[in-house]
Amino acid sequence: MAEISMTVNGKAVKRSVPDNTLLSDFLRENLRLTGTHIGCDTSQCGACVLHVDGKAMKACTLLAAAVDGSTVTTIEGLANGDLHPMQKAFNDNHGLQCGFCTPGMIMSGVDMVVRYKAEGRELTEEAIRHELEGNICRCTGYHNIVKSIQQAAAEM
Amino acid sequence: MSDGIGARVKRKEDKRFITGKGKYTDDIRMENQAYAAFVRSPHAHAKVKGIDASGAEAMEGVIAVHTGPELKADGIGDIITGWAITSRDGNPMKTGVWSPLVTERARYLGDAVAIVVAETEALARRAAEEVEVDYETLPAVVGAPDALADGAPQVHENVPGNLIYDWELGTETATDEGLARAAHVTEIEVTNNRLAPNAMEPRSAIAVFDEAEDHYTLYTTSQNPHVARLVLSAFYNVAPEHKLRVIAPDVGGGFGSKIYIYPEEIACLWASMKTGRSVKWTSTRSEAFMTDAHGRDHFTKLKMGFDESGKITAFKVDTIANLGAYASLFATVTPTYLYGTLWSGQYDIPAIYGTVRAVHTNTVPVDAYRGAGRPEATYMIERIMETAAREMGMDPAELRRINFIKEFPYQTQVLLNYDAGDFPTILDMAQKAADVAGFPARRAEAEARGKLRGIGYSTFIEACGLAPSAAVGSLGAGVGLWESAEVRVNPVGTIEILTGSHSHGQGHETTFAQLAADRFGIPIDNVSIVHGDTDKVQFGMGTYGSRSGPVGMSAIMKALDKVEAKVRKLAAHTLEASEDDIVIESGEVKVAGTDRKMAWHEVGLAAYVAHNLPPDMEPGLKEGAFFDPVNFSFPSGCFICEVEVDPETGVTEIVQFTAADDFGTIINPMIVEGQVHGGVTQGIGQALLEEAVYDETGQLLTGSYMDYAMPRADDVPFYVVEHGCTPSPNNPLGLKGCGEAGAIGAPPAVINAITDATGNNDLQMPAAPARVWAALNTARAPMAAE
Amino acid sequence: MYDVHYHRPSSLEDALNLLAGADESKILAGGQTLLPTMKQHLAAPSDLVDIRRIPGLSGVSAEDGALVIGAATTHAKVAGNPDVLKHVHSLACLAAGIGDPAVRHVGTIGGSIANNDPAADYPAAILALDATVVTNLREIAADDFFAGMFTTALDEGEIITAVRITPPKCGGYAKFRNPASRYAMVGVYVADTASGVRVAVTGAGEDGVFRHEGLEAALSSGLSAGPIDGVSVSADGLLTDIHGDAAYRAHLIKVMTKRAIAAAA
Repeated sequence: MAEISMTVNGKAVKRSVPDNTLLSDFLRENLRLTGTHIGCDTSQCGACVLHVDGKAMKACTLLAAAVDGSTVTTIEGLANGDLHPMQKAFNDNHGLQCGFCTPGMIMSGVDMVVRYKAEGRELTEEAIRHELEGNICRCTGYHNIVKSIQQAAAEM
Repeated sequence: MSDGIGARVKRKEDKRFITGKGKYTDDIRMENQAYAAFVRSPHAHAKVKGIDASGAEAMEGVIAVHTGPELKADGIGDIITGWAITSRDGNPMKTGVWSPLVTERARYLGDAVAIVVAETEALARRAAEEVEVDYETLPAVVGAPDALADGAPQVHENVPGNLIYDWELGTETATDEGLARAAHVTEIEVTNNRLAPNAMEPRSAIAVFDEAEDHYTLYTTSQNPHVARLVLSAFYNVAPEHKLRVIAPDVGGGFGSKIYIYPEEIACLWASMKTGRSVKWTSTRSEAFMTDAHGRDHFTKLKMGFDESGKITAFKVDTIANLGAYASLFATVTPTYLYGTLWSGQYDIPAIYGTVRAVHTNTVPVDAYRGAGRPEATYMIERIMETAAREMGMDPAELRRINFIKEFPYQTQVLLNYDAGDFPTILDMAQKAADVAGFPARRAEAEARGKLRGIGYSTFIEACGLAPSAAVGSLGAGVGLWESAEVRVNPVGTIEILTGSHSHGQGHETTFAQLAADRFGIPIDNVSIVHGDTDKVQFGMGTYGSRSGPVGMSAIMKALDKVEAKVRKLAAHTLEASEDDIVIESGEVKVAGTDRKMAWHEVGLAAYVAHNLPPDMEPGLKEGAFFDPVNFSFPSGCFICEVEVDPETGVTEIVQFTAADDFGTIINPMIVEGQVHGGVTQGIGQALLEEAVYDETGQLLTGSYMDYAMPRADDVPFYVVEHGCTPSPNNPLGLKGCGEAGAIGAPPAVINAITDATGNNDLQMPAAPARVWAALNTARAPMAAE
Repeated sequence: MYDVHYHRPSSLEDALNLLAGADESKILAGGQTLLPTMKQHLAAPSDLVDIRRIPGLSGVSAEDGALVIGAATTHAKVAGNPDVLKHVHSLACLAAGIGDPAVRHVGTIGGSIANNDPAADYPAAILALDATVVTNLREIAADDFFAGMFTTALDEGEIITAVRITPPKCGGYAKFRNPASRYAMVGVYVADTASGVRVAVTGAGEDGVFRHEGLEAALSSGLSAGPIDGVSVSADGLLTDIHGDAAYRAHLIKVMTKRAIAAAA
């Protein structure tokens, strides 16, 4: 068993879990934060993307124990009273249909906008599509997802 | 009207999804939840000689292990197929028995042999690995043509030669004559590649048995909870309908794959009764690849005859369709009445004839997947048209124009009567939006960069809005395909619409609400849509076949009509006016030309307070309706795909994709465009990337995203979407439906474009880089008339 | 995944002791390959030794004109490091193309080359750059390190601590991505190093990354695409699968070599 402490969405969390607990299961089953979704078992679909210490990572491919001491932000923690500009952009632009890939898309979107701004690089349409390589959507055809990220990038 | 019909209303349901508060089945957990895992056959075909679960049962935390014979002994029924097809020799079709858990033979990789129930999911899966099954492997057959060959392994003893049916449609003699007198006959063979649907949410089920009430609740990822309840009750004998509640909460995509009632749901329900515990199962993606119904998988030979001017004289089709190891719910109709009836396409064809042989193989069952039969029809028709144009040295758009149906209604040679359409206008619209005129210059510019540009057309029609009940009944359907709605106006004037449709991405919570907002001029926030729970909503047939608009919304319109009639009557009585003078708008009910009015909420209150109702009027304001369409609806469109092929690698880039569609009336253009984007992307996926592949022993080579190529954001561009409109005369709003069009029309446009770019017409889907490169580097099929 | 014991040592010595002390222990660096493998029950170590936060194991430094990259340095860090970008730009580009952004934030160079996945990118870089793999026990030349797919020269109880790279005169990497997995179906790294021009191919070979003599000979007088056409690349020993046959891969090797040369310019 591992004694795990971390900050999740601004709150200190402390649990004792089996060592082989994935971060995704820790969030979904132990903390009942079910917004982080499981869409595959080969770490490719991106539905589980969240932020650990400010960086996009796949919750299904991290042990909770390995994230001990870190700061985790899930989709549930993105809004701060008001919706985050990325969340609002997805609603404004019809960037979601069934909603299952959406948490990962939004978290990946925020990550790429922040990174490109920090690096002084332009987040072009081509760059967005490339940065979404690890996020699969079956419903939207990505058209409105890219538009949503473009809108948020302009506002963030 | 900002929230009414035609408005780009932002989705009300988004809030929970963008904040991670959606409630998908796997998000739900019952108190004292137990978990299920399945023991699955690792062989495509094997006798099950014995099962030893003792090792698994002894593991700590394992509650029970149950097998197929036990399930059968408890009276659980075999899985049905919903549509009876008759062969051309007059004999009924033959299908093999499908028990929810294997009783004697496993017939595809992943066929479920036993269910293990344990305290945690991890324990259940570990224990499943410890169940020892004594298999005697049998030879397997995987490809449909191979299944028909002499000496092929028999998948079911009661289906000789693996032939389920040999069905025909059309007029053989007239067709042969038409081909014989043709000036030019084009002949091709096409494969419609087998696909794995891959909704991003894997299937999941939670079964809860209430012993005190003998009542079951099933949470399930279903596109049609009422149909699930009916089938589970009437055919699988789980419980009588009134003792079975089925709830489809938020569902993460379906595309057809979540229509069916699979072995896992049945087994979980039964296991919850056997163990007295709530049983939860969630598929892994690997399981999904193995067990979710696949789509397509046709081999087709086709011939089309043309006269000297390019007018089609006849069209002949010969298809072999792979239905997999067992006949799934819509499996038998997808390659027959959802396919053959579209063999006319957009064209005036005087003679059509075709045969379809459906076969069993040792692969997972194949059933409807976005488009269901219509992509298969469209692909082969649009490929042969483009091929014929090239052979005859004609412009492919011109050849289509010459043959377009120009007058409606049009009775095809293959049962369907098209109600409305304007194919030339849509083609013009697409050509303009795609700047076809500028293509030669773009091609030359690409060539200077060492790239090959090509352009390809697809003009398609589909039969949607499933379906007129009597018509499908006469063709062998076991069910009717009407839809239901109940409109409840609450005492304070808010509205709930209970719909038999189900939304798993289509935005019904917004678009259905737009109908009420539009009708009564009330804010859309005051309208809620209720769906997905058989305890709450009257029986409905669910969402698939592009039917929630033409059929689901029509039921709502009928119910709204009834509410409106009652409101008028009540208002007329209250305001002492004639019903003809009552006007409902902007949330008020007024007497025209006066200042006498009631606020909308006052009408509801009056109905429920009932102090002053007209004579013979019942209190309350709640009306239900069922809508049974009189015909299918016929969306149509023209897609133009422009590609750039890298001759060094065979990689295809979609540089532009233009979709011009005629969906009739459009309720919310934003939603409709989204459906087109998504459908086109799935169509591009089929054309370029996707294929579910079994090796010759029946092992699935594409069992994960490592080998099954899903379209990603960098595989596709922004799409150009245009709309024309010839309303359907057959439903109140003039809707045709839009959910499947993209997947139906896109694949041939892509392949026509690539073959145009390479100059080699011999290319099958998926046009993966290796295939396109091979097409560029091997002997070519002649493209132009010699 | 099966049960496992997780350890987070704070020093290399502790890590080594933990590795030695368990039946079936494995190093957990980024885990972006190991964890999926464990989830599929294809690997079942008894113990995982997480080395990601051990001081000194990650970061990029310069040492006598060479770049030293800590084994636990993430792909994102390599891709964005100013020294790497300046002195071995092609390596930064390679790192920027591994997996996807989320994977790059976690996956490490040490993890990648220790695993020696036949479709991974880094092995091609190490081999082409004639890099040195530094372990707790010794230094291993690139040519001696890769021993067949999923196999390396590492002994039990040996951990990669760093990779040392002498910046080449120029270098380039081009990858043809598998349409499904996006791994290298064929990845070619070309580098003009102190010991001559080296061409390393990943993704295509049945037995993992390899150098191609014919291509190296054709480029011996400098990195230009012209001589490539005349080289014959055999399909022998190359993979055939549903994504392409050996002949196609052989063809792609030449194409990617030319593109790597173009990228080097």
